[in-house]
Amino acid sequence: MENTVLSIEGLCINARAPILQDISLQVRRGEIFGVIGESGAGKSTLAMAMVGLLRAGCHRVAGKVTLAGQSLFDLSQLQLEQVRRRKVSYVAQSAAAAFNPFYRLGDQVTELAALELGTPLAERRKMAEGLFRELQLPNPETFGMRYPHQVSGGQLQRAMIAMALINDPDLIIFDEPTTALDVTTQLEVMRLIRKIVTARGCGAVYISHDLAVVAQLADRLMVLRHGKVVETGATRDLMESPAQDYTRALVAAKTTTSPPVHAETSVPIIALRDFAAGYGGVSTVRDINLDLSAGHITCLVGESGSGKTTLARAIAGLVDVHGGTATFHGKPLAPRIESRPREARRRLQYIHQLPDLALNPRQKVREAIGRPLAFFGGVTGAAAEERLRMLMRDVELPEDLLDRSPGSLSGGQKQRICIARALAADPEVLICDEVTSALDPLVEESVIQLLLRLMQTRPLTLLFITHNLGLTRRFAHEVAVMQAGRIVEFAPAAQIFAAPQQAYTRTLLEATPMMARGWMEARL
Amino acid sequence: MNLPSRKQLSPMRDFIVSRGVSGAVSLLLVTFLVFVGTALLPGDTASALLGQNATPEALAALRRDLGLDQPLLLRYLGWFAHAVRGDFGTSLASGRAVSEVLLPRLGNSLLLASVAAVFLLPVAVGGGIAAAIWQDSWFDRLLGFTSMLFLAMPAFLVGYILIYVFAVRMGWFPSMSVAPFFGGAAAWINILALPVISLVIIGQAHTMKLTRTAILAVLATDYVLMAEVKGISRRRIILRHALPNALSAILSISILTVAYLIVDVVVIEMVFSYPGLGKLMVDSVSYRDLTVVQACGLLFALIFIGMNFLADFLALLVNPRQREPARGA
Repeated sequence: MENTVLSIEGLCINARAPILQDISLQVRRGEIFGVIGESGAGKSTLAMAMVGLLRAGCHRVAGKVTLAGQSLFDLSQLQLEQVRRRKVSYVAQSAAAAFNPFYRLGDQVTELAALELGTPLAERRKMAEGLFRELQLPNPETFGMRYPHQVSGGQLQRAMIAMALINDPDLIIFDEPTTALDVTTQLEVMRLIRKIVTARGCGAVYISHDLAVVAQLADRLMVLRHGKVVETGATRDLMESPAQDYTRALVAAKTTTSPPVHAETSVPIIALRDFAAGYGGVSTVRDINLDLSAGHITCLVGESGSGKTTLARAIAGLVDVHGGTATFHGKPLAPRIESRPREARRRLQYIHQLPDLALNPRQKVREAIGRPLAFFGGVTGAAAEERLRMLMRDVELPEDLLDRSPGSLSGGQKQRICIARALAADPEVLICDEVTSALDPLVEESVIQLLLRLMQTRPLTLLFITHNLGLTRRFAHEVAVMQAGRIVEFAPAAQIFAAPQQAYTRTLLEATPMMARGWMEARL
Repeated sequence: MNLPSRKQLSPMRDFIVSRGVSGAVSLLLVTFLVFVGTALLPGDTASALLGQNATPEALAALRRDLGLDQPLLLRYLGWFAHAVRGDFGTSLASGRAVSEVLLPRLGNSLLLASVAAVFLLPVAVGGGIAAAIWQDSWFDRLLGFTSMLFLAMPAFLVGYILIYVFAVRMGWFPSMSVAPFFGGAAAWINILALPVISLVIIGQAHTMKLTRTAILAVLATDYVLMAEVKGISRRRIILRHALPNALSAILSISILTVAYLIVDVVVIEMVFSYPGLGKLMVDSVSYRDLTVVQACGLLFALIFIGMNFLADFLALLVNPRQREPARGA
């Protein structure tokens, strides 16, 4: 087809094991082609192959990549470099890492203009200024004089898109460009991408693990799993009538609303009044009034830097408390964990975002879970063995994992081990700090379902910290919205989502990508 | 562009002040430890000078003359009070002013170390960069093997092997660098050759490995990958994208190499009987010549601390993150 910018036919790439198997796709001018898959699906290898690049240790076994009429793997190194300079651009996930810290942004953005066309400096400044203006960057005249570390993550991401536009490419590859951004910034970048592709008529590939984002942006979609194509088709068709089980599960994980089981009582188990906390004398969170109702899930939402984690850590006694009161079952809760009696510590357990960092890599799973059993419950010997097996059953893991090291487990398994470790203390309150944000969508869904099942069988109260409003909508009883260290709105979930009272809550809700058709169009 | 404000300059000033203070404290500690260490050795200057013929009366008299009958702390404070005014006293063994004994030796040592550095740095840094660029090639493997070999070998052994091969068997160079020097440049080359080769062999392994690692770390970054995806040539990626970012690391490594050279010099001077500061210090320890040992210790510490300071200072200068404030106007 004349309109085709990129075509991949039967591409197979191996490292030691196959990474990509028999991948075929075509991208046309003016369309956004979405690639969705979980980590390890081969998304990044595919993205690199689109510019004719194979990472160290990888080799192409079969297949062809044709970009702008040239078969990339048949070109010499010099020809390949020329194609990359003229025909294609790449927008990486972490703009902070993809910009060279040594040079000013303007010089990096216009490097290709200098190399290819020999554009003089003054003219390049003008080009950069124009692009920065197009991408709505602040002070476009002087933005290029900044170094990468001097601008925010969202601005850097936009600067990288400016860099991608400098050579007026036929194809732009977006490799998870919004994963590191807050929802409101993510929406801005999504709008920009849509606008650019429409205005310039270039082709685009958008790679992501977030189905909601891809569903809104892409015209056509390819689902990738374990290096193989699960299915390809128009986004609408895939969303509405997925042919494969895996796609169905992905869609279901984003759309099902499992109404949470409402607990009978709603007595506050933890109550904060005018609570303030922070690091080194600076109160990062202030004026906090929050009740955690027994048996409920309270979601603490907000963008990065809003103080969610600081507040959670302050409740756990890990951060200096600067004022106000915290009570547990109506009795004052000592501010520092060191001054809390063992019994109080047992009743409040914390699960971290990254299980990799929260588990000692040298400890076997048995030791990791056994320690709180012995420390809080004094359970040892045969009784402990019995409890360990029960806990493994509770978190739905096979018992033989007890003798494994964390290094040999998957991300989802590790997070389940962390949950089991917290449960070993037999707690009343679980603080879950972004416990699923490092997990793939289906694994995230299974961990959420696990937490819900656990809450049915024991009296647990959850403080669930997340930036994922889609998730919050599906399982929170109460929602507290944080902004700049304060709770701007705290209400039952139904009320927050149906009738948000605060402008900021509305902004957040607006920006959260939904699967519904037309969501993106309504925001252009 | 906005003018540099006070805020912009302060990281640099903070750095200089804090490192100045910690450097001074380190120097003080070093002189005190050297003082105590020398005093703890059995015997003192008096017994070393008088040897086996010493009578108790002669010893006592000499000790009184040299001020050795004072308590240790008092002697240290006395030394310190003079040292801060630049007076390092007189050599207990020879009676000459310490500076007069020291300065020619310092000159010799600096000559040896700097000639070694001139050969060592380009070889080691260049080798490290080349090994990183052609990672896992036969060249990289060969360098990796030889540098491990020399890293594992004690400095004196390298010296003795060189003496055996080039002085004893081949007879090309003298085995001892005996003073006095005369005969112009040719004689100097003759005397310096083996000690310099030893220092280069000992020092290069460490420097080359560190440089290689620093370059590899930069080559593995996302921004180098980005440059590759942009279609930048390999040559430009290495020269313009990778090297500037490895510059601060390479500078630090180079300067620390020179600092380590100063340490290696002590051993090598002993092996070749080269009349430098290191040999002077070791000889003075055997005479219990406290004032000379003390001054040598001070000089070595000063050079080492100064080099460290310089390394960190230059690293700070070439890093835009440190030079420029986090958020511009």
